[in-house]
Amino acid sequence: MTAFWKEYAENRVALVALAVVLLVVAAALAAPWIAPQDPYDLANLDLMDARRPPGFVGSSGYAHWLGTDAQGRDLFSAILYGLRISLQMGLVAGASAMAVGALLGILAAHAGGWVEGAIMRVVDLQLSFPAILLALVLVAVLGQGKAQLVIALVAAQYAYFARTAYGAATAERQKDYVEAARATPLPGWRVVLRHLLPNCLPPLIVVGTVQVANAIALEATLSFLGLGLPPTEPSLGMLISNGFQYMMSGRTWISVYPGVALIIMITAINIVGDQLRDQFNPRLRR
Amino acid sequence: MLGFLIQRLLQAALVMLAMSALVFLGVYAIGNPIDVLISPDATQDIRAATIRAYGLDRPLWEQYGVFLGRLLRGDLGRSFVFNIPVLELVLDRLPATLELALASVLIGAFVGVPLGIYAGYRPDGALSRGIMAASVLGFSVPTFWVGLILILTFAVNLGWLPAGNRGETVRVLGAGWSFLTWDGLQHLALPALNLSLFKLAMMIRLARAGTREVMLSDTVKFARAAGLSEWTILRRHVLRLIAIPLVTVFGLEFGSTLAFAVVTETIFSWPGVGKLIIESITALDRPVMVGYLVLVAFLFVTINLVVDLAYAALDPRLRRRARA
Amino acid sequence: MTAPLLDVRDLRTEFHTRAGVLRAVNGVSFTLARGEILGLVGESGSGKSVTGFSLLGLVDPPGRIAGGSISFEGQELVGLPPARLRELRGKRIAMIFQDPAATLNPVLTVGAQMALAVQAHGGGGDRAARDLAARSLARVGIPDAVTRLDAYPHEFSGGMRQRVAIAIALLHQPDLIVADEPTTALDVSIQAQILAEMKALARENGTALVWISHDLATVSSLADRVLVMYAGRIVESGPVAQVLRAPLHPYTRGLLDSLPAMGRPGEMLAQIPGSTPSLLSLPPGCPFAPRCPRADAACAQDPPVVGTEGRMALCHHPLT
Repeated sequence: MTAFWKEYAENRVALVALAVVLLVVAAALAAPWIAPQDPYDLANLDLMDARRPPGFVGSSGYAHWLGTDAQGRDLFSAILYGLRISLQMGLVAGASAMAVGALLGILAAHAGGWVEGAIMRVVDLQLSFPAILLALVLVAVLGQGKAQLVIALVAAQYAYFARTAYGAATAERQKDYVEAARATPLPGWRVVLRHLLPNCLPPLIVVGTVQVANAIALEATLSFLGLGLPPTEPSLGMLISNGFQYMMSGRTWISVYPGVALIIMITAINIVGDQLRDQFNPRLRR
Repeated sequence: MLGFLIQRLLQAALVMLAMSALVFLGVYAIGNPIDVLISPDATQDIRAATIRAYGLDRPLWEQYGVFLGRLLRGDLGRSFVFNIPVLELVLDRLPATLELALASVLIGAFVGVPLGIYAGYRPDGALSRGIMAASVLGFSVPTFWVGLILILTFAVNLGWLPAGNRGETVRVLGAGWSFLTWDGLQHLALPALNLSLFKLAMMIRLARAGTREVMLSDTVKFARAAGLSEWTILRRHVLRLIAIPLVTVFGLEFGSTLAFAVVTETIFSWPGVGKLIIESITALDRPVMVGYLVLVAFLFVTINLVVDLAYAALDPRLRRRARA
Repeated sequence: MTAPLLDVRDLRTEFHTRAGVLRAVNGVSFTLARGEILGLVGESGSGKSVTGFSLLGLVDPPGRIAGGSISFEGQELVGLPPARLRELRGKRIAMIFQDPAATLNPVLTVGAQMALAVQAHGGGGDRAARDLAARSLARVGIPDAVTRLDAYPHEFSGGMRQRVAIAIALLHQPDLIVADEPTTALDVSIQAQILAEMKALARENGTALVWISHDLATVSSLADRVLVMYAGRIVESGPVAQVLRAPLHPYTRGLLDSLPAMGRPGEMLAQIPGSTPSLLSLPPGCPFAPRCPRADAACAQDPPVVGTEGRMALCHHPLT
């Protein structure tokens, strides 16, 4: 563990990225306490303050460092709350997709036969089909809301985890000790828990990191298209979408700042994921 | 070769069948089509009559059979919103999307591959590091936000390029094409660039990884020992060797580009099928949704088929195996 | 005596790695006359291949030639601009590699690859390049050479593939060919065939050969002189017959003892104990000392040169 951390810390960029991820998570968790305003409480909003540029001191007496949006929301507060929702969706969707995908992948590898064939055929078919289309259709069919969105994201992403887990588990399955364990009268699930699952975890974690970033981006995209979360709980994508119409008139901050926050978060997570992949990959080991 | 072709065609047909079943289940079975077919304050009689008329009282498998039969005849139903056949509607919008997707895939290939080869050839150079950092950004930054920034920079601030619509088109082969006029080309520039960024990043990464590996191979050493210039080695040996995985990804990416066009078309009000599907989702225009999905699935399967054939053409080792 | 074709003096090739400087070639000197066949023998990691690559100026980073001189027909190759080196490569100095399956480009026809090698040195139009390629293929004994130009490497057998590689090396009738274990990947029967053909071709064209191999037996059937390398240095050199009959260095003795033909039938083959030392952390003194049956306290000092330039060894306790 210490050695792992030492190797990680050798890469400065990855270290900074990790710090950024932690900072974003902390800011999202602490949003209710550090945001100057509760952006969802309509009573706090004053239309007189709407669409003000960054630095404007509003009627509530404090400066809006990142300006305000069309409803007079303090953009900094809205971004903090938006991060909160985006992260929440990304993590919940990523974790659920990982659970579903890993389960299916390991099941396919462990069961073999037609179960293996059926599961992996579907997974491969889905991998060749763009995730965003599937998510679009599901959101269209299921309607809008957090739960529906999570289902759509999971359906769009579980296949990556299934492929990864399947790959790791089949590689492990062929090793002698697993063969030996299977020959004993131990129940199958114990073989899975004791041998297959632990060996699938490192690649799953790597894919998981990247997929959380992808889920966040996908959610933002769906929200931007107006198919994500309801407007009462604006995620970052929704904020950007709301600001889009004011862009042409030069009020760029409404879209740009939430976008910057989104990019910083996704890029940081991706860099951490890249580094983890390099460290878990024995082929690149020196 | 013929056996190979038949086998692949059969596979493609099977995938299409599976896709049509999924689409049917997704759109017809999970939602209740009656809610969109008739207004909520219609009488029970009208409701019942409509249900019978559309065959919605039949068992699910029978409905699917009817759906499939109509599908084979190219009948995708009528759009609730536009009240014209879905096939006509989708085919009318398709050229715009194909043009956009093709332009962006070409940008991705013709800009991304040379950059990637350079980055793989000089992995430690400052320019290569810059290229790779840019490609990480290309992967991370959501397409829609880049689209906004492109509009902000080139359309609003600089005023160089238009931010929406297709501009002037020329009718060739029964469809309008933007790239044939200067005005249309200008309109195409920003959306194509926007849509290409992800492919660009991907092509850079793939070309770089391939080049790095090939540059260390004995093939390159042997070519150097024969006195070939570095430029000839890159152009004739390396490019051919990395082409095989690139073509595969290029083809698959063309499919996903069609899907991601949804976002770009919405931002740049590009009148293609992507914009159409978003409009029909918001308007609950189910026949159009189904038509779009079936069509995209069809394009996907076709592209996969073409990629497989191109693969066989590029790799002589595989070609022989296919012949045997 | 005429001036040698190749005169290598105190060649040093180093690799700068994260773990430190690796001296792969550590002060190697030898000469090569026109048309002479020189065997360069050693275990893997002895620096023999790097020596070969150094001759062509093809040491990949992080490696570089750190010192010494390579004089080819009186022209100094160390420090020559890359463009000038490229003009020499393939035209005056060619190279053949171990595995023809890896050296030939699998997605180009043999003719296309040969045409590239022809046109790298002028060589005129496609027609002329094709003719030259066909003649070269015919010369290495590939039947039906003209039609075979349109075949891909995988359509040749292993031995035929290596012949194609040799044909590419012979295209411009170079003065020197560096052959890096070119028969190791082949079947034994084909090995002997290729060896004989190589020898004949070299004699016929007056081409000098540097034949790199880990196998003393191969070299003995082919070469005029032999250099034995260990840990980046030449530990013994001399005419093949003399080195085989009366080796000076205990390492050469060890190599000979481990050859099947040299032992009596039914007898266990003698192995040299231990393995090649890491070039990163070479202790001072004789690098072979830890594995040497004759080593004593004196071997902690750098070994002296015994013998003359034509027949030398680097050892405190030479045999005979």
